[in-house]
Amino acid sequence: MNLASFDPVTAVLLIPIGAAALLAALPGYRLTARLNVIASLATFLAALSLFAIDRPPPGPYVLVDDLNIVFILLNTFIGFTTSIFSASYIAHELETGRLTPVYLRFYHAMYQTMMFGMNLAFVSNNIGLMWVAVEIATLSTVLMVGIYRTHAALEAAWKYFILGSVGIALALFGTILVYMAARPVVGEGQDGMVWTILIEHAALFDPALLNVAFVFLFLGYGTKVGLAPLHAWLPDAHAEGPTPISAVLSGLLLNVALYALLRFKILLAANPAAIAPGPLMVTLGLVSVVFAAFMLYRRRDIKRLFAYSSIEHMGIIVFAFGMGGPLANFAGLLHMVMHSLTKSAIFFAVGHIAQIKGTQRINRIRGLTVTHPALGWGLVVGVAAIAGLPPLGIFMSEFLVVTSTFARQPLLAMVLVLGILLAFGALLLRLTSVAFGRPRGSTASAEASYVPMFAHLALVLGAGIYLPAPLVVWFQNVARLLG
Amino acid sequence: MQMHSLAFDISHTLAGGLVLISFMMLYQDRLTSLLNVFALHALVLALSVAWQAYIQDAPHLYVTAVIALVFKALVIPVGLHRIVKRLGIHRDIESAVGIGPTMLAGMGLVALSMVLMLRVTADADPLAREDLAFALSVVLLGLLVMVTRRNAVSQVVGFMSLENGLVLAATGAKGMPLVVEISVAFSILIAFIVIGIFLFRIRERFDSVDVSALDDFRGERR
Repeated sequence: MNLASFDPVTAVLLIPIGAAALLAALPGYRLTARLNVIASLATFLAALSLFAIDRPPPGPYVLVDDLNIVFILLNTFIGFTTSIFSASYIAHELETGRLTPVYLRFYHAMYQTMMFGMNLAFVSNNIGLMWVAVEIATLSTVLMVGIYRTHAALEAAWKYFILGSVGIALALFGTILVYMAARPVVGEGQDGMVWTILIEHAALFDPALLNVAFVFLFLGYGTKVGLAPLHAWLPDAHAEGPTPISAVLSGLLLNVALYALLRFKILLAANPAAIAPGPLMVTLGLVSVVFAAFMLYRRRDIKRLFAYSSIEHMGIIVFAFGMGGPLANFAGLLHMVMHSLTKSAIFFAVGHIAQIKGTQRINRIRGLTVTHPALGWGLVVGVAAIAGLPPLGIFMSEFLVVTSTFARQPLLAMVLVLGILLAFGALLLRLTSVAFGRPRGSTASAEASYVPMFAHLALVLGAGIYLPAPLVVWFQNVARLLG
Repeated sequence: MQMHSLAFDISHTLAGGLVLISFMMLYQDRLTSLLNVFALHALVLALSVAWQAYIQDAPHLYVTAVIALVFKALVIPVGLHRIVKRLGIHRDIESAVGIGPTMLAGMGLVALSMVLMLRVTADADPLAREDLAFALSVVLLGLLVMVTRRNAVSQVVGFMSLENGLVLAATGAKGMPLVVEISVAFSILIAFIVIGIFLFRIRERFDSVDVSALDDFRGERR
């Protein structure tokens, strides 16, 4: 294939869906796990080439701009590292008999289908197509959450499914309303759903209709982001599914919904008469942060603990984007990237820990740094990062969010800081008991894959110490785009 | 108003009929009768979509109408009837929330959607705006069915009626692209749910009001 005819967008979509079909057909664990890794790597490389090759002009279905390149790259990178982690995790699950080969085949196929859905959501320029893509991604994760078929796993999948379905139903109603608002201006048919055309004409749309549409979209996609009153599915789905899925749920799927929300936020901001979406996002963001921070204290299950931490961080991110302005948007974007990397690294560690100990109960896991130094210290660094300790990346992004808010809305900043500090306390409390002290539970040696976890942590540490200038310029660009 | 033609009246009647049937769902306390009412709901939706296809001169909408008729009015209700029999819950009577309060809440939701949609769409053409108001009513009533029921099958029925409201809204928005694709996507979604119920035999969301059972489910009992 010569370089001129190589289309990275097509590759990013075709590789996962092709791999999904192949993985559904092929037997054997070794082969399929490797194939899964290779397909994810190929997708990641294709996404990387988006930087090198001229972008295609926005078509009726596909759009590549500064904003979604960040998301696609992050998505495919974590998809790749998680596939490595998944290979060693799943090997253990097969040994213990929690998964049968048939289910494994299904699992790998669904993994790639989910990657396809998420990539499609990111590159789509059509709000209808984006909605369909988010639905694909959600459905495939629902199936993976329930894959163990235990009572708890099925309950979690069912809850996720029903709440997720209501969420996407509301989002679809919002999408229809956006089309209704666009129709008098843009005209009937295809154009009324193409995002780049919508944004050009957004100033002329009926503001009242647009407002109602945004409320539906916000509630709909907000359910998937895991914002506080609508979060009920999130902890269960994280706790009961296979851990690689918890990692991609927290690291990636929440971002997909967030991305959809941001697209519509930009659309609304282009219409001067419409409501400002900021206050809505700020409110729900803050509620999520504070609520999740309190909930962290009562967790007894280690995966649930970090699921609530994800709610907290999504709250911070939505809050930052809701505040808007170049600095807060920059901080929100950085925080999103750092959170995805850190949280998936934590889940990589937690996955192996739970396998070794045979439990997810926090009080049965003790003294990890003594018995399993690599996993234990990896977890310590990860939790230190997620709690916002310097010099790790999340400290910097949280610092930026808080300072930019203090300059504009000191009261809101106080609430935010309260939430962050509460969460900090809860996480350190749990960390000390899990990582230090006299070891408890199985001390069997781990056949873990450390590379993905430490690669993520190294990136987070690196970003905390030094952000390369081109990256800063890029993020500033995107922050301007977000308004 | 010249819009008060026969075309307008018929589509208005069909959309209003959907809202009425949604109300009928609210007070069905037996699963089998709920399924029958849902089949009627889907049938009226199919008629409404076909009528929209005819007056908008949009042949692709006939596909959506046929999907509604065959899949939602026939295949799914028949399949669910069988599942309900197989699970032995076809005689069950459920009343999570009383009929009176539910009906009142339903009326409130319909009033809300009328006020909201008619106000914000003042400039849109009357056919589309009333269609949208009815559609939102059906969506909200579907949500109400979902929250007032505890049985997985009736929650699914609530979700499907909600989805019927979305299809009504999508077909009412003249010239909307991807309507057929979206209705196909939804059908796949529903097929998944129904298969899920069948395979996993999910009977109830929470069998017990005992909170300790919930704690156990969360793996958080001390």
